[in-house]
Amino acid sequence: MAATTAAAARKPRRAGPSPRRRTRSAGPLFVAPFLILFLLLFLAPLGYAAYLSLFQEQLIGGTVFVGLDNYVTALKDPQLLHGVGRVALFFVIQVPLMLLLALLFALALDSGLLRLARVIRLGIFVPYAVPSVVAALMWGYLYGPDFGPFAQLSRNLDLPAPQFLSESWMLGSLANIVTWEFVGYNMIILYAALRTVPHDLYEAAAMDGAGAWRVAWSIKLPALRPALLLTLLFSVIGSFQLFNEPSLLMKIAPDVISSSYTANLYAYSLAFTGQQVNYAATVSFLLGLVIVIASYAVLLTANRRREK
Amino acid sequence: MPRSFVPTSSMSRRRFLAATGAVSLGAALAACSGDSDSGSSSAEPVSQADIDKAMKTPTELTFWTWVPDIQQEVALFQKKYPAIKVKVVNAGQGVAHYTKLRTALKAGTGAPDMVQIEYQAIPTFTITNSLLNLAPYGATALKDQFVDWTWGQVSGPGGEVWAIPQDTGPMGMLYRKDIFDKHGIQVPETWEEFAAAARKLHKADPDVYLTNLAANEPAAWHGLLWQAGAKPYATSGKSNLSISVDDAVSKKLGEYWGELAKEGVISTDPDFTDPWYAGFNKGKYATWLTAAWGPSFLSGSAKPTAGKWRAAPLPQWDAAKPVSGNWGGSTTAVTAATKNKIAAAQFAQFINSDPASAKMFATKQFFFPATKDLLADPSFTGSAPEFYGGQKVNQIFADISETVSPEFQWPPFLDQAATDWTETVGKSLAAKSDTVAALGTWQSRLTAYAKKQGFTVEGT
Repeated sequence: MAATTAAAARKPRRAGPSPRRRTRSAGPLFVAPFLILFLLLFLAPLGYAAYLSLFQEQLIGGTVFVGLDNYVTALKDPQLLHGVGRVALFFVIQVPLMLLLALLFALALDSGLLRLARVIRLGIFVPYAVPSVVAALMWGYLYGPDFGPFAQLSRNLDLPAPQFLSESWMLGSLANIVTWEFVGYNMIILYAALRTVPHDLYEAAAMDGAGAWRVAWSIKLPALRPALLLTLLFSVIGSFQLFNEPSLLMKIAPDVISSSYTANLYAYSLAFTGQQVNYAATVSFLLGLVIVIASYAVLLTANRRREK
Repeated sequence: MPRSFVPTSSMSRRRFLAATGAVSLGAALAACSGDSDSGSSSAEPVSQADIDKAMKTPTELTFWTWVPDIQQEVALFQKKYPAIKVKVVNAGQGVAHYTKLRTALKAGTGAPDMVQIEYQAIPTFTITNSLLNLAPYGATALKDQFVDWTWGQVSGPGGEVWAIPQDTGPMGMLYRKDIFDKHGIQVPETWEEFAAAARKLHKADPDVYLTNLAANEPAAWHGLLWQAGAKPYATSGKSNLSISVDDAVSKKLGEYWGELAKEGVISTDPDFTDPWYAGFNKGKYATWLTAAWGPSFLSGSAKPTAGKWRAAPLPQWDAAKPVSGNWGGSTTAVTAATKNKIAAAQFAQFINSDPASAKMFATKQFFFPATKDLLADPSFTGSAPEFYGGQKVNQIFADISETVSPEFQWPPFLDQAATDWTETVGKSLAAKSDTVAALGTWQSRLTAYAKKQGFTVEGT
């Protein structure tokens, strides 16, 4: 924006109505489309949710201002705390695994040693393009304890059927779906970053006698740092907002996935099942706060390590 | 995600979740708006002259419904009242439908004039004054046309009529005659015989269960509660509520089903899912404790098993006094906020009570009727579908309908009651843990919720 404004200011004087004023109005005009949408679609709902979270509406008795009461309740709400704890655990286990896989695939594709690289690239990316409703139906079938292929296979081999949908396996089963969905997406980001590394660096490394592993470790990985940080941040947000997959698997495993299985699911149920819109706004706000804190923690750690 | 009681369409019972995680957006949509006033019980009857005038005034009405091909019935109405145009909108099924309706009602704009609503959801919408009392618009005169218990479901304590019944789901039992014959099992007439049969069958063939009591189906549980004579919810006045979902009757039910589930002689698979459909097709379940809409639904979903099924009443707690409960079925209601009260009220009455329209629901949509005339109509009760070996299934359910008690009441927050059931009682069935203890948890969760919502909670 600044560059555009500057360019407008440098225009040679010409006859016409007050060019100076035109210059001054150009900047805000350029920013306006973004700003209006930002205000309307981002800040206004956020402000409204904050406003809502300060009230309590009852089926009997109407709406009353309760100040921060909802926040006090939420901070002591075991269902919310469990939900946040569960997605935190999910984040700690699933995200490193997913990013490591994405990194390996990106490096392998970039090495140029793979045959059918295009087909493989597309194959890994395709799950991201599958709508999550379809994905959940498909995995629901695969995980099925009676007629699912894994269950049938193990029955034929006289082994106990894997209980993908049981309480102790569920988080792993969800992590598997999410990994399947998002490895390709992250791989594309990393792969694109690798393609921007100048080729002279590789040539120089080859001249110095560096092998493929050494190149990957000393050139490619450092070059990937910003892209990795980006994917990590996306994953923080995605993990803490986990909603689609559990809400879809809830249908086939209602005894395991409760309406407060993840924090986002809890906020949704509060608003639409319990008609507790105000409390749902509070929970959403607190969840947003957790995500901001987690994102900053990731950024700070990464920056500190870079300074070392 | 919250779940709804089963919707009534016989076409697609699968409930899709059209929801994303945009909670703050949802919160924004659900603006707090003042209560709209509804017609109170003291409202004066509307005169025939006013009705005639309104029905000749060009009007456009909007009708939210999930019933497939309901355009045919709507056409009958438009033929009689050419000035009135009805726009049919499918706003989803079950939970999706109610969520959209509630959002539109709260926003104060975009709500329909008429709306499809299940019996159990009526109190959830009258507590927010969202429905129009149809009594002043001539609905009271229709009382005798409808089966008594359905009228009990749609009317309020002060003579209000909140909706007009459209279809019903008195509960019965569909069973696999071939499996019963193979293992020498008699059709159980009491729950005691049913339990014995469950143990016998599962012992004889470990791949088969006598029935599947879905752990995600609070509607079926409520139907069984209804049959057992329980009165889990009662309201007096607007804000006084008694909740007793763990009283003696409920505990009897909890002990019975909890024991069978714990022994593993019945299954508890979630219903209306792919594995569940496969279970019917592959003969995993020997019975389905279902409602009167079940027979036509099953014949469409388990085609390979055609001819092997038969229908019978539910097993009884007291064989001398056969009773049943209801599961599903729905009504047409008018929103309190409509600008066309008279025309909308006339539509709700016509579409369900006009003989041609009511009959069309039974023959085109395969709905189980709510009118006494149709339940006694030989062309309806006489049908003998091949899927049930030529048995007169409609006749059996028509007889069952007469044994449904008219006293059962629903809570003013159905969604919460249903979700809490699944997370307590349903979970205990699936996990083979203590179902009676789970009833206590259900009770305390509902009580806490009701108090939080400002109700005065009486009873336990």
